[in-house]
Amino acid sequence: MKARVLIRPKDGILDPQGQAVERALPALGFGGAANVRVGRLVELDVEDGSRLDEMCERLLANPLIEDYEVQVIE
Amino acid sequence: MKFGVVRFPGSCDEVDALMACRRFADAEILWHGDRDLAGVDAVVIPGGFSYGDYLRVGAIARFSPVMEAVKAHVLAGGPVLGICNGFQVLCEAGLLPGALLPNAGLRFLCRQVDVEVVNSDTPFTRACAAGDTLSIPVKHTTGRYYAPEETLREMDAHGQIILRYATGCNPNGSLADVAGVVNRDGNVMGLMPHPEHAVDPLTGSADGSCIFQSLMDHVEEGPARLAEARA
Amino acid sequence: MSGPAAVASHRALGLTDSEYDLIVDKMGREPNRVELAVFSLMWSEHCAYKHSKKLLRRLPTEGRHLLMGPGENAGAVSVGNGLAIAFKVESHNHPSAVEPFQGAATGVGGILRDVFAVGARPIAILDSLRFGELTSARSRYLLDGAVSGIGHYGNSIGVPTVGGEVYFEAPYEQNCLVNAMCLGIAPEERLIRSAAAGVGNLLVLMGARTGRDGIGGASVLASAELNSDDASKRPSVQIGDPFEEKKLLECCLELLERGTLRSLQDLGAAGLSSSSAEMASKGEVGLDIDVSKVPLREDDMEPFEIMVSESQERMLCVIEPQKLAQLQGVCERWEVRATAIGEVTGSRRLRVLAGGEAVGDMPVEALVDDCPLYDLAPARPEGQVYPAPQRTLDSHEPADILPALLASHNLSSRRPLFEQYDCLVGSRTVRRPGHADAAVLDLRPDGAQGAIAASIDGNGRRVACDPYTGTVEAVLECAANLACVGAQPLGLTNCLNFGNPERPHVAWQLERSVAGMADALTELGVPVVGGNVSLYNQSGDGPIYPTPVVGMVGAVPDPERAAGAGFSTEGHTVALVCSPAGTVSLSGSQLAKLHGEELPDRLPEIDVTGTRHVIEAVRDAVRDGELASAHDVAEGGLAVALAECCIEGGIGATISLPSYELEALFGEGAGRFLVSGPAEALESLAELATPIGAVGGEVLQIDRRWMWTLDELREAFGALALAFP
Repeated sequence: MKARVLIRPKDGILDPQGQAVERALPALGFGGAANVRVGRLVELDVEDGSRLDEMCERLLANPLIEDYEVQVIE
Repeated sequence: MKFGVVRFPGSCDEVDALMACRRFADAEILWHGDRDLAGVDAVVIPGGFSYGDYLRVGAIARFSPVMEAVKAHVLAGGPVLGICNGFQVLCEAGLLPGALLPNAGLRFLCRQVDVEVVNSDTPFTRACAAGDTLSIPVKHTTGRYYAPEETLREMDAHGQIILRYATGCNPNGSLADVAGVVNRDGNVMGLMPHPEHAVDPLTGSADGSCIFQSLMDHVEEGPARLAEARA
Repeated sequence: MSGPAAVASHRALGLTDSEYDLIVDKMGREPNRVELAVFSLMWSEHCAYKHSKKLLRRLPTEGRHLLMGPGENAGAVSVGNGLAIAFKVESHNHPSAVEPFQGAATGVGGILRDVFAVGARPIAILDSLRFGELTSARSRYLLDGAVSGIGHYGNSIGVPTVGGEVYFEAPYEQNCLVNAMCLGIAPEERLIRSAAAGVGNLLVLMGARTGRDGIGGASVLASAELNSDDASKRPSVQIGDPFEEKKLLECCLELLERGTLRSLQDLGAAGLSSSSAEMASKGEVGLDIDVSKVPLREDDMEPFEIMVSESQERMLCVIEPQKLAQLQGVCERWEVRATAIGEVTGSRRLRVLAGGEAVGDMPVEALVDDCPLYDLAPARPEGQVYPAPQRTLDSHEPADILPALLASHNLSSRRPLFEQYDCLVGSRTVRRPGHADAAVLDLRPDGAQGAIAASIDGNGRRVACDPYTGTVEAVLECAANLACVGAQPLGLTNCLNFGNPERPHVAWQLERSVAGMADALTELGVPVVGGNVSLYNQSGDGPIYPTPVVGMVGAVPDPERAAGAGFSTEGHTVALVCSPAGTVSLSGSQLAKLHGEELPDRLPEIDVTGTRHVIEAVRDAVRDGELASAHDVAEGGLAVALAECCIEGGIGATISLPSYELEALFGEGAGRFLVSGPAEALESLAELATPIGAVGGEVLQIDRRWMWTLDELREAFGALALAFP
């Protein structure tokens, strides 16, 4: 199966990349954007989808500072 | 006394660390693929970009075979010093509390900074006095120390925050100016500044020497003083 | 023979009709697509130097310390005790103008490979950058991206960036320059050449997989003038992976240590085509390459794409067949891919196979040696061709001028850039960027007697005023920077960044510049060890300032004595050291730029021999440990140099001069130094040194008239920080 893992900084963790993007948007004429968070996207094919959470906990994300969300695509 | 300096693919400062250690004692390189620490007394996990820092800094290195041996060494009470990327690896491996996040300024920063010794009752700082100011360089993109507030309070209470950036010197936005920490047992230290780049006045400063000197004293003389302090 | 025949596509690939006819003649038939692709790259300006080769023959290439001269991946000089320093500078201008981060990063990656391809461990990077004025958003974007890219690659691979320079001038607006220089160290006997040898030996490709990166890069990106639709060229930009290169570097050095390799070559511009043809040409052999064996990142690549791909982090080596297992063992340990893709033949032909089928077959000599070389048609233009700069300062009062000059982007502190580079890794860095006029690297831990110094210089603005004299100045300034840390030059590498050489006035600039470089180097007795030419740096707005960049490496017997630039001690005497016949002038100076004055069309002639004597005297005084500080008086003149010495040292000075004309304070000219030390120590400089004041206090005071606090000077000097929010 094909899965997609979205990883983003936990709420409350300072995200300077997100802030930089947020500052850049109005400069390009895109007003009204707020709460920008920059994260990572991991796509993978797995044989056993039941272990995806464990993969995230142990390697793909750092649960101390990041939230993750697993999406099964097909 | 023998130091072992771990080399991962992508390590950069391992030779610098090796040369710094050799000013004080024997030292050799430990290969990431080996499960054996070759009888070293203290392990140094050096700076660099292990595994390219891909995915997340330090995230992949923690799974290398040598880290199993490092964990066993830690459980047996052996000292481990993680510098910069080594600090990141130790946090990822759960051997130190907290995590390192991208610098508040988002840029790589190489700068000589002043660091204050907060706790000198550790195997890593016993050659210093609390309140000493050390001039040591930092050089990193991901050095902003973070730990949840409660953890940080606990760490403070247990003397685990052992180095702080001096006032006005915090280069990365670290919480509470944290520059270096130890684990609860006091035998694992991580710091973002590079003491191995501060062992010779000709190349900038010799203030980092006290970290290596402390480790040597600790191994040679035994952890008596630390144990006393705890008791 | 497969592949559709090439019909008139040679023009799209940058070949002229007569060049194409010559290829047909050399081949004895029409080339197919694979062959045409390979020829078009090998005969591009970038690979064949067809407009500059004849000129470059004028440069001196012999020297007492020279071990390896032009023609190898990098040149090398001896530093004694059986140790060699390999070094080279190379441009990555056009890729950086298209995508500054990756362009600069892969520029660093490329020059690092050049150095470890000769068997040397890279120990230092310096860079030379040019952008348009920072009032332009595009220039700020390019600056930020290029600096981040250089840092990303150098920092990640663990090679310190120890120095460099950057200038901002309007003619670089469309064509920024990113030149990177690398120095490496090796035992002399480990230096390896790239000539393929031994019929039957294997050709092994190491490192990254091959993808469609930079397809056509060498001929499309490097040899055509840029135009406005650069965004469309983005897909062919190469992407750098410093982690892969770090493994490749360690792996290659271990293979050389073990004596596994017969020859080694990096894959740079024109990828497999250029590297294999060069190896075969130098070894006077042939090579068979089976492209079906090349590990690919994308499955459906055509043979010609594989031959011209510029995917980064790849090396090509020749080994004896019985050493394959040893090579594979080392490569596995470093997690580096290694694949035998061909073999050395006696045919003197480069044959390209795809599985069993031959898809290309070219005489090596035709590829490497038969590209026609063109004579330039130089013509001195009537007057100055560059427009006057925008006026940014009206005042003619020194009180206003000094802070304005310090805050101008060409002179302000480079610290905001340097802090983005790791200058420490390797533990050799004795003088960090900005602390002294040249970087100083201690080689004693490597087994040498002393240290080396390195500097990179080139002032396009001055060369635009007068290509001959401006280039002489660049060479002298480089030597002067070395002298400040007590270094004697061993060799020089150069990168000639110019516009379109087919334009007569650009040809004239190129010709005069090379003549100046040759004369200055002959006077100094310094050989050229290698370098690079980057032409066609031109857009609709015209050519860049002609920008010869020179990087010099010198020997420092005692790094403890390498002088810093900053004043150090209260009460020390400050002296100006210069040739009695030396001249200074405001013509073409930074002050003239602030005042919006047009560039002159010549500079005052330089007394090169007299300047050499001054440089040598300063060097000797530094080596004797006499001086507390030494700083070259360069752009902005004496007053700016004084301010720099005060800021760097964190201490003031009180100065009185024989003249307070603007020319005396801010005029520029070669071979002038500001030194400080105990009064008696300056006596060794005899009549060359004129005491002009004393170190001390918290202010820089010139005459009784002008006074600036250190804080005022620092604030002005910090102006570049605003470019990195």
